[in-house]
Parts: sequence; structure tokens; C-alpha cells
Amino acid sequence: MNSLYYQKRLSRNIGDKVFTSLSVLCALIAILPLIFLVTYILIKGGSQITPELFTLEPNPPGDDLDAGGINPALIGTLIITTIASIIAIPVGVGGGIYLAEYSKGGAFSRFIRFGVNVLAGVPSIIAGVFIYALIVSTKILFGSMYSGLAGGMALSILMLPTVIKTTDEGLKLVPNELRYASLGVGASMYTTILKVTLPSAFRSIATGVVLGIARAAGETAPLIFTALFSYYYITGFGDLFYEMGSLAVLIYNFALEPYDAQNKLAWAASFILVLSILSVNIFSRILAAFTEKTKRV
Amino acid sequence: MEEKLTLFKNRKRFGIEKNIDIIFKNTALVLSSFVAIILLGIILVVFFQSFESFSRYGLKFLVTSEWNPVKDEYGAFTAIYGTLVTSFLSLLITIPLGVGTAIFITEDFVPKVVREIIGSFVELLAAIPSVVLGLWAIFVMEPFFRAFFVFLHNFFGWIPLFSTEPTGRNSLLAILILVVMLLPIVTSIARDSLNQVPKKLRNAAYGIGASRWKTIFSVILPAALSGIMAGVLLALGRAMGETMAVTMIIGNSNAFSWSLLSPGYTISSMLANQFGEADGSQVSSLFYAAFVLMILSLVVNIFAQWLVKKFSLKY
Repeated sequence: MNSLYYQKRLSRNIGDKVFTSLSVLCALIAILPLIFLVTYILIKGGSQITPELFTLEPNPPGDDLDAGGINPALIGTLIITTIASIIAIPVGVGGGIYLAEYSKGGAFSRFIRFGVNVLAGVPSIIAGVFIYALIVSTKILFGSMYSGLAGGMALSILMLPTVIKTTDEGLKLVPNELRYASLGVGASMYTTILKVTLPSAFRSIATGVVLGIARAAGETAPLIFTALFSYYYITGFGDLFYEMGSLAVLIYNFALEPYDAQNKLAWAASFILVLSILSVNIFSRILAAFTEKTKRV
Repeated sequence: MEEKLTLFKNRKRFGIEKNIDIIFKNTALVLSSFVAIILLGIILVVFFQSFESFSRYGLKFLVTSEWNPVKDEYGAFTAIYGTLVTSFLSLLITIPLGVGTAIFITEDFVPKVVREIIGSFVELLAAIPSVVLGLWAIFVMEPFFRAFFVFLHNFFGWIPLFSTEPTGRNSLLAILILVVMLLPIVTSIARDSLNQVPKKLRNAAYGIGASRWKTIFSVILPAALSGIMAGVLLALGRAMGETMAVTMIIGNSNAFSWSLLSPGYTISSMLANQFGEADGSQVSSLFYAAFVLMILSLVVNIFAQWLVKKFSLKY
């Protein structure tokens, strides 16, 4: 009769309680520092934000009174990520189209999919080393060594696997009926892809690509010896061929300076970087959830 | 009627349209092969650049820890050891924490809304750039743990791992910041693979009288093991290649020490530190170190992919 009721002292029930508390403990240990980290970055960095930050050049370290602003680094990050996107998006989307629409699961496409996964796992600093050997040390770009262009190329290597993967997966989700219908009314393959399948997969591809760009914007390792760093305003097109600053490298350089003013600048730059990356992530998440609810195909 | 019919007859595909179709397909083919070209390019370029150092030191490079640009003597043992130790120890801490958190998220201890918020919060953290984590580690984590490290040294100093006096940046801090970076990866992959375990397995276990944790340990975790293992291997690859946060906090010293409380080195932090101002045979030696790092992470990644293929869930 007793065995019909829940008995607290049974070893299995005690064991269950213990493990439940252990798992709660794990979650707490895992999550509390993370919450602390984000709030700390946002508060500490947010308190350093001033209007001049966005317009001034950073002063060379040593001048402890005034560190200046981060304008060149901010613009530099925008330019370098744009270069990376200009290279990685067409190549990645094109490659993804081939994998999803044309390949028939043969050895070639399996090899490429495998390569995409391997490339995604290559350490980011190796991408920097590669571009250094290929472009910086050979001065192949019109005799310029360290340049924003080389930095953008290094970042594009990191973006490429993400773009291919999201395009491939996004296109695979498009129902085959759409393709049959389009081909059935006499459209050629490229019209079908450009007018039917790509547009219907556009949102999922765009979300993945934007997340890839956000990820690339925070990468530092590939930039420290390809784009290097610069203290000066970016004034014209020609600056692409010279050293270019970026928020990520600015944080790295200034965090290691012994001067307080430079450290504060690093915190401010982190605030801007983290805030923009987080908001892109949250926005695309909301968009994805919204699409899932309204999807009718 | 007659007019319409001729219109229909004339509506043949033009030659130019056929050509565009072929060009489009071949362009896509070329673009997709870029991945392979880049991958092979990276391997070949790094290998050939390291050739000078490779032919001079051979495998001795891997086991000596002299790194002296003045005498032109190079060996990467300290950095290789540091890479392996920091990544394995950080994984050792991350696995129980991450899997525990994943179980917490997938079981129904708290309402679903709370679990979903925690889950997406953990995923968001994976998006924080590592250089920002490094900044945080320098200014918040290091002062926070200083007293704890002194305590470790005083009471456990007889263990070689804690045998040096803690002075600022050290390998243990690098391990801790790696834990913060790896937690989101391990947690979200473990959560996904736990969620993929079919509900009927759980119901069957409950049905024959298993308790909640008996079910988790004997049914759910074994069924999700391959996915979790793959996630762990991905995290290992990430840990070995992780550069910025580690470089900023590990102290960057090539002097070999067993102690975790002394400054150390990893391959990637060595590259980040020295590549910019290296010349001559130092560059070649750095490429050699980069090659070692690449091989390590390639092996781990390929093994992870093989594991997923081999043991993926079949229900």
C-alpha cells in the first residue's frame, strides 16, 4: 500500500533531488558570469560615450589627459566589413546555389560541403597568416603592404563558409513544387533560380548572411597583421591601400596600453561593437520567429 | 485563333537564353569550387612558407622550447604545450557545466518561457567578440581572481600545477576565459541534440518506472551522445584556435613551466604577438607553428564531422 505514494527517503528520490540541484547549480554557474559580463560591458562602456568620440581621431598613447575619439576605427570597421561582404556574398551565394540547385549529391558536392565545414573550423588567425603570406608580404596589391583591402580579404575567408551554408540550407527548404511549376511553364533554370527559388528563400539567406557579417565585424585576429592599425582619418578611396584601423584592433591595442585614457577608449569601442552585434542578432532572431509564424508555403 | 497559334510556335527558347543558362550554371560551379581552392591554398601556402624552418629543425621543433631570434634558434614546445593544456583543461570544466545547463534547459524544472529566454541568452553570448572578452578578462576577471590564486598557491603549492607565485596574467586565467567562450557553444549544441531525442524514448522509460534522472542518464544522454560529442569537438577546435582573449590574458611568456599560475603561451597567441615584427627565419618558424596549429584543428574538425556522420541519430 505504501508503495503507491511518493516516498521522500527512497534512494532514487534522494538521488533525483541531488542531480536536479546539481543541474540548477550548473545553469547558475554558467549563466551568472555571462549576465555579469554583458551588463558590465554595457555599463562601463556606455558611461564613456561622448559625442566627440564619433568625430575625433585617437591620440597616440602617452598623452594621458585626452585620448581623442574612435572615428577612424569606426569607419575602418565599416569599410573592412563591406569589402569582406562584397567578396564573400557573391561567391558564397553562387556556391550555395550550385550546391542546392545543380549538384546531384555526387563526389564533388560532397567534397565541397565537407570543405565548407572544414573551412568554418579553420582558426581565424590562420586566415590572417594566409593573407599575410599571399598579399601583404608579396606586395601584390599595387605595392602596398598592410592595407584595409587585405584585411577585408582575410575577413571574407571567415564569412564565406557561413554564407555558403545558409544559402545552401535556405534553398533546400524551398518546396520542389515551386521549381516544377516554374520549369513547367517554360522558364529556364537560371530564371527559375533568380525569379522563384532565391526570392522565396531570401529571408532565411539574408538572416544568415547578416549574422555572418556581424560575426566578422568583431573578428580581430585576421586583422592584426593584414590591416594593422591607423590613427588617422580615412579621407579618400586611396586610403584602402594603406593601414586601416578597426574597432576590434583598437580594443586590442588600447587594452594593453598602460594609460587609463586609452583603456577607456577601448571600453567605449567595446560598447559600440557589442551593442551593434547584439542588436543585429536580436533583430534577426525576432524576424526569424516572426517569419516562422506567418510562413504559408 | 490563327494569330495566337503562330505566337505559340515562335515561342522557342532563343540561343542566347540557352547560353546564359549554361554560363549561369558554370559560374555557380566555379564559385562553389572557390571553397576548395581557398582551403587547399591555405594549406599549401602555410606549408611552403614553413619549409625553411621545417627542413632545418624537422620534428625537433615540436619538442624544444628555445625561441631566440638573436641566436636564430626556434622550438615551439612551450606554445604547443600551452595550446593543448589550455584547450583540454577548459573543455574539462566546460563539459559538465554546459551539459548540465543544457539538461536544465531541456527538462521542465522551470516554465518554458524562462528556459527559452535562458537558451537564447546563452546563444547571444556566442556572438560577443573575443577581443571584448579579453578586455573584460584583463580589467575584471584578473583582479577578481587574484586572491583566489594566492590561496591556491599557498595551500596547493606542492602540486606542480600551482607551484609558482601568481603575478598578474597567467595560463589559468586563459583557461577560465576560454570556459566563458566555450560554454555557449557546448550548451547550445548539447541542447539541440537533447531536444532531438524522440519523446517516446522518454515516455517509455517513465512507463517502466524509471525516475527522471535514471531516464536522463540511461536513455536521453546516451541517445544524444554523438551530437554532444561533436559539439565538444567543435568547441575543442575553437579553443585551440582562439587567439585574442587568450593572447590578452595568458601573459605571453615562452619560458616553459608546469605551473598554471605562471604566464604561458599558445600557438595562436605567439602568432598574434610576433608575426607583425618578425623577419628572416623567425617568419618561417612562425609559419611552421601556424602549420602545426592548422593540422591540430583540421584533425579535430574532421574527426567531429566523421563522428556526426557515423553516429548520427537514426530513429
